[in-house]
Amino acid sequence: MLQVEKLKHSYGSSEISYPDWKVEKGDSGMILGSSGSGKTTLLHLIGGLMKPTSGELHIDGKNLAKMTAAELDRFRGQHIGIVFQKPHLVRSLTVKENLSLAQTLGKKTRDNERINQILDNLGLGELKGRKVHQLSQGQAQRVSIGRALVNSPTLLLADEPTASLDDENCDKVIEMLKSQAELSQATLIVATHDQRVKKEFSNCLNL
Amino acid sequence: MNLITLSFKNVLAKPLSSLLSVLLFGFGVSIIVSILLVSTFLKNEISKNAQGVDLVVGAKGSPLQIILASIFHIDFPTGNIKLSDANQLVKNRLIESAIPLSLGDSYKGYRIVGTTKSYPELYQAVIAEGDWFDGDMTATVGATVARNTGLSLGDQLQSAHGLAEGGDAHDEHPFTVVGIMKPTGSALDQLILVSVGSVWEVHGSHGEHDHEGDSSAHQMVSLERLGLEVTNEQLENEEITSLLVKYRSPMAAVQLPRIVNGTSNLQAASPPYETARLFNIIGVGVDVVNVLALVIVILSATSVFIALFNSLKERKYELAIMRSMGASRLKIFALIIFEGILLTIIGSLLGFGLAHLGFSVLNSSLDQVQSSGLFFISEEYLVMVGSLCVGIFASVIPAILAYRSDISETLARA
Repeated sequence: MLQVEKLKHSYGSSEISYPDWKVEKGDSGMILGSSGSGKTTLLHLIGGLMKPTSGELHIDGKNLAKMTAAELDRFRGQHIGIVFQKPHLVRSLTVKENLSLAQTLGKKTRDNERINQILDNLGLGELKGRKVHQLSQGQAQRVSIGRALVNSPTLLLADEPTASLDDENCDKVIEMLKSQAELSQATLIVATHDQRVKKEFSNCLNL
Repeated sequence: MNLITLSFKNVLAKPLSSLLSVLLFGFGVSIIVSILLVSTFLKNEISKNAQGVDLVVGAKGSPLQIILASIFHIDFPTGNIKLSDANQLVKNRLIESAIPLSLGDSYKGYRIVGTTKSYPELYQAVIAEGDWFDGDMTATVGATVARNTGLSLGDQLQSAHGLAEGGDAHDEHPFTVVGIMKPTGSALDQLILVSVGSVWEVHGSHGEHDHEGDSSAHQMVSLERLGLEVTNEQLENEEITSLLVKYRSPMAAVQLPRIVNGTSNLQAASPPYETARLFNIIGVGVDVVNVLALVIVILSATSVFIALFNSLKERKYELAIMRSMGASRLKIFALIIFEGILLTIIGSLLGFGLAHLGFSVLNSSLDQVQSSGLFFISEEYLVMVGSLCVGIFASVIPAILAYRSDISETLARA
């Protein structure tokens, strides 16, 4: 599913080399490291938000390191869903419209049933018509998970999803990510510095 | 949820700042469009009134004043010219036809014009009721005059000396209304037409005198070129105000004014030349208003720019996430441009609406029977295209910034 080989990325003069790593289809993985260790960078590389300086990065057999910017845009939209630390939903839209926008941008056909199904799974069925600013922080986070999953990605990435949560909510969110990824048949990869999460994942990359 | 719907929702999500941009743009556009409408309207009016008149001959004085008094009937005449001088002039081979006008009296502020039937024929005027005036103290009134004064067939009207309301009344010589014209859309609608002879009669000068024995003075002569029949005495002593001249050939345009101006008491005035001069004078004022409108449009473009720029700062994570969801750089660029264009399009529609509404209100208060505010002129399309360009221009820098921003870097800082 995911295969990282001799991957390097440089920011100006500093260069980070990543250890080789592999995550099988249907499995889930975790990238663990303190802040500044390059885990967000690795997640962005996997998510196709930027290109590595050298090395190989295969997702589903395709080498992202060799794609052009336009190809990356398309690949992201169709195969990858990302949950960021903060939800950053589009403020002028409702919950449902945010998910529908994801379908448009990912070049998927509009599928209301899928949107409703995702929102129901996340317990957001009642909030479909709400404007984003009427949501609580937790609700907004759940919407952003829904947004990442609405296009049925093969890979679901989450960047520090538990950073600002207490123990109870931390467990809930990880549980939700895992179960939702399973429902959508997506491979889950979480980047975090949160030791509480460690026990949840067997395949862990330490940076 | 396509890009256009999204840009629409984004604009609506900031109602106050969008309203400011739209209002500013709307006012700028409405001023520009109003000026266009009014000046086109004025030009139409002028050419409608000056049609078929190549030259106006009046008494020495300002040529512009002669034009304003004899064609548009808005200024005072420069004075009178002798009938004999006029008769001498129209014998010239360069003149195809000439219409005499005798001005100076009015009724309730509407001007009484002593003339011949060629004058209403010039404007293709048609009788709505009754008949044309003839020599005997009869009057045919314009459509506006009839509507506003309530004059109808058979009514008598007392002319007053002078062109403003409240002049001395000529009590002993009332006119009888024998006809009412249909609206022509020209100055004719505001006039009361009578024969030249009855104007002389009102002024009681020479026609009434009884010169027993002097038979040659009472002999009628026909001034065919002017369409008048007068006595020898009248030909010698009477005056008219001006002549509307039509040239026989283009050559006349060069020679005739020189001949006229060479005659001691006559002054030639060319309608196209004088109206062009008039427009030059008005043009300065129009330019000032145009500059003002341009300043407002630039201000509004700036406000569109600031609105987009600020919202861009607030939305940079949103936009980065949209890119992470598969939106290309070009899509983000287009989204911002759409928002700018949307603001200016709504603004310019508002401006067009305001201008046309204002113009129809103005029109209906101006006694203009025919035109409404709902006519469009070709320059308006230019204004439309121009406002599109302003919208693109104002949003291109924010759009480029959005296009260039690095998603990974933006999101790493989130």
